Order: sequence, then C-alpha cells, then structure tokens
Amino acid sequence: MAQMITAQEAAEAMFNMVKEAAGLRKLKPMDLTKNLLELFGDRVDKQICKEAIRELVESGRCVYTYFGGTYLELPHREGAAND
Amino acid sequence: MADKLPPTPKLDELEKGPWPSFVSEIKMAAKSSLASQDLLGLLERSYNEKIGHWKHGGIVGVLGYGGGVIGRYCDLPAEFPNVSHFHTVRVNQPAGWYYKTDALRKICDIWEKRGSGLTNMHGSTGDIILLGTRTDELEPIFAELTAIGFDLGGSGSDVRTPSCCLGKSRCEWACYDTMALTHDLTQSFQDELHRPAFPYKFKFKMSGCPNDCVASVARADISIIGTWRDNIRVNQDAVLEYTKNGLNIQKEVIAFCPGKCMEWDGKQLDIDNSTCRRCMHCINVMPKALRPGKDTGATVLIGSKAPIIEGALLSSVLIPFWKPVAPYTDLKDLMGRIWEIWCEEGKNRERIGEFIQRMGMGNFLETIGVEPIPEMVAHPRENPYVFYEEYLVEDDEEEGQDKN
Repeated sequence: MAQMITAQEAAEAMFNMVKEAAGLRKLKPMDLTKNLLELFGDRVDKQICKEAIRELVESGRCVYTYFGGTYLELPHREGAAND
Repeated sequence: MADKLPPTPKLDELEKGPWPSFVSEIKMAAKSSLASQDLLGLLERSYNEKIGHWKHGGIVGVLGYGGGVIGRYCDLPAEFPNVSHFHTVRVNQPAGWYYKTDALRKICDIWEKRGSGLTNMHGSTGDIILLGTRTDELEPIFAELTAIGFDLGGSGSDVRTPSCCLGKSRCEWACYDTMALTHDLTQSFQDELHRPAFPYKFKFKMSGCPNDCVASVARADISIIGTWRDNIRVNQDAVLEYTKNGLNIQKEVIAFCPGKCMEWDGKQLDIDNSTCRRCMHCINVMPKALRPGKDTGATVLIGSKAPIIEGALLSSVLIPFWKPVAPYTDLKDLMGRIWEIWCEEGKNRERIGEFIQRMGMGNFLETIGVEPIPEMVAHPRENPYVFYEEYLVEDDEEEGQDKN
C-alpha cells in the first residue's frame, strides 16, 4: 500500500496551488481536493484534503472568499473594501 | 440625534398601510444609531436613482470559518461613512426558534455595542440576522456570541443552518421530533456548515407534518416532512358535531380531497386510506374529528430551490417513509453518498436539484444506491428514471419463446 502523505504535506501542496493561481483564477476547496487527488493518486484521500484545508484556514495562510460561490485565496486587501 | 434624520419622502410611502414597516423600524433605530441614519439616507438615494449602492461578497469573515458573515460595503463611503462597512452576521438559531428573553437581550446588547442595532428575526434561512457592522468588529462579535452560547450559521457554498418547525414542542400534528433532528444534524454537520466545500449552498428543512410550515418542499435541498403510513384516525361523533355547527363536508372537505378517497353519506365519513395523499386538508378543516395515524415518520425529499441561477424547483420524493430514530445514521450515510457525487460531478453554483436534472434521476439514484420505486413518480410514464429497457428485454424474450 502506498505511503499516505500527511495533512501538512497536503496543505503545503494546496498552498502552492493557491499561490500559483493568485490573480489568475479562483480555486474552490473542491478544486484543490481534486487537484491533489490527481497529483498524489492513492497517497491522499478526501479526509486528508479536508484536514489540509482546515490547517490552511486556521493558520491564516489562506482565507475563504465569497464571489457567488466560496473560494480559497491568499489573504489580501479586499478590492471593494472601504478604509 | 433624531433631528438629523434625512428627509425620506419615498421611504415614507412604505410606512403607509396597516402592516409593519421596516422603514419605521429603521427610523426608530436611527434615534440612537448613526448607521441607521446613514442607512435611511442611502436607501432613499437608491430609490431616487434606482441603483443599489451595496458591494456584496468578498473576503470578510472570522478566522477558521468560511460562512456566517456576508460582506457588504457601500459604494458611497464619503457621503455615508457610517454604513461604509455594513456586513451581515448570520447567527445559528436554536431549533424551533425558542429563546429565553435573557438570551435575546444579550444578543441585542452585543449588536447595539458592536453593530447597527438592526436585526432581522429571522432570515429566510431561519438564522438570526444581525445587519450592519464593520470589519474590525467581526472577531469581537464572534467571541462575544460564542461566550453566550451562540455560533455563526451557514453562508456561501456550505450546509446552511438547518431549520425546522416547532414540531412536537407545541404542535399536535407533528409526526416526528423535528427539533431533535435539526439539532442533531446541526451538531453532526458542523464541518460542512462552517467550512464550505460544496458546489453551492445546501439546505435542510424539517417539517413535522404535511402542512409544511417551514415550506421545505419549495426551498430545501433536503426536505424532511412528517407523515404517517397507517389510517387517519376518525371520531365519527365529532364529524357529526361539525355538520351540526354548519360545516358542509361535501363541499369543504370531500370536494378538495386530492386523492378522492373520502365518502360522506350524511351520517358517516368513510376514508379509503390506500388512496389518501396525506395532504392534511381534511384534518385541517376538522381538527377535532380527524387526526394523523399512529404509525408516524417522515418522507425525505430532495432537490427544491428558489429561482436564483435557474428557475424554481419543488422537491422530489427520495424516501417515501423514514422512521427518524436518533442518531439518524441511515440519513447521514445517505447524505454522505449524495455529497460525494455532487462534489465530484457538480458544476459551480449548481444546486443538487439542478444537478439531478442534468444527470437524470435514474443515474443519480443508481450512484447513491437507492432503488427507484413508484412513490418517486409524480406522473406515470413522464419520469426519465423509469427503466423501460428491462421490460422491453423481458417482452422480447417472451415473444421469442412464443415463436418457438
């Protein structure tokens, strides 16, 4: 059986995906999960992906945003925000 | 502060008539709230210009949660500085909307201190809606709400706060304990509620009987509506009492029965329960004479939604009769299978009902491991998930045998 990656490793891979997509396109949590399943195959499962997303959000490295649907993005100053 | 209220001739029109007016409520709040004063000015301007001045959505929220806060900024911050940020906070309501006044006072105290003071009890989701606060107040609000035992509700692409009618706590028609199921689902699906991971929103609504007081059949992705599978209980003496008091049973009960399952000879009411649709009409008209049966449970339906991206849908039957027994493992397992395929194949902003329409109910049922049965069919020969192929194969085989 393949050695499963840890939630921290999954979080790191997801963070890199979000970072690379920043400014180009928005990624939904499910997009990240699907990308990770494609990248790591049977070395990752949905539970690990779930934990990885939680890790990213609770550490503040990524934030949830809402634009019609919910996305995960790097923290940034909101375009619509009023100072 | 009241002298500073802006002139609002258009909004004032909305105070006329015998019904409650949100304008009157905002004006009342404006006596002590600068945000409410600016809100009046901004709304009047929107009515004059026929333009909305809100920018909705975005990044605001509390750490760790993906739902519960709906970001809103005003696009005229210089003119209306007190509503330049006007975020909404959704608070998970208790099942059945029962509060002690003490709890309501605490919520209002928090909101008057850290928000506009304006509330909406309750939003269409069922949540307590706190209207209008600034970004820097969100974390303190969250901390203070959790300290008094409240949590944020759902928003965005997640499980929305499950809601229910007050069920067995007050209603004699309730066929199952809606509040217990709602509370259990809320606790069980905390991750799905606070960390959006779906293609779009997902709503549970629980109604205790087919009267469906929370309108779950029209707006919930999963509607769980109380029903019974034995016979309607009839008290013939009470039926006669209704007729003595002037009720025309033929006209007001029998004529409206969708199953045409009742007969009235002037002395006795006969019900053919095998064709009863469990619509509750007769029971609602003669509550002292008729009652739901004793073998009660719920029908689980799937797929309704209000029109947003696509048109409105009503729910379809998924499980005709289900006995809701804690810890409701069978329902939760089914939800897991439904979410699995929807997350895998669903398009962005596609509700489960639209997804089922796109992939076909037959394929959907097969994927989630539910057998198609007649109770799912609204109109025979119209539903695409009646598998005619099997019958055709059988017919061919029979014909072949005849020839031989």
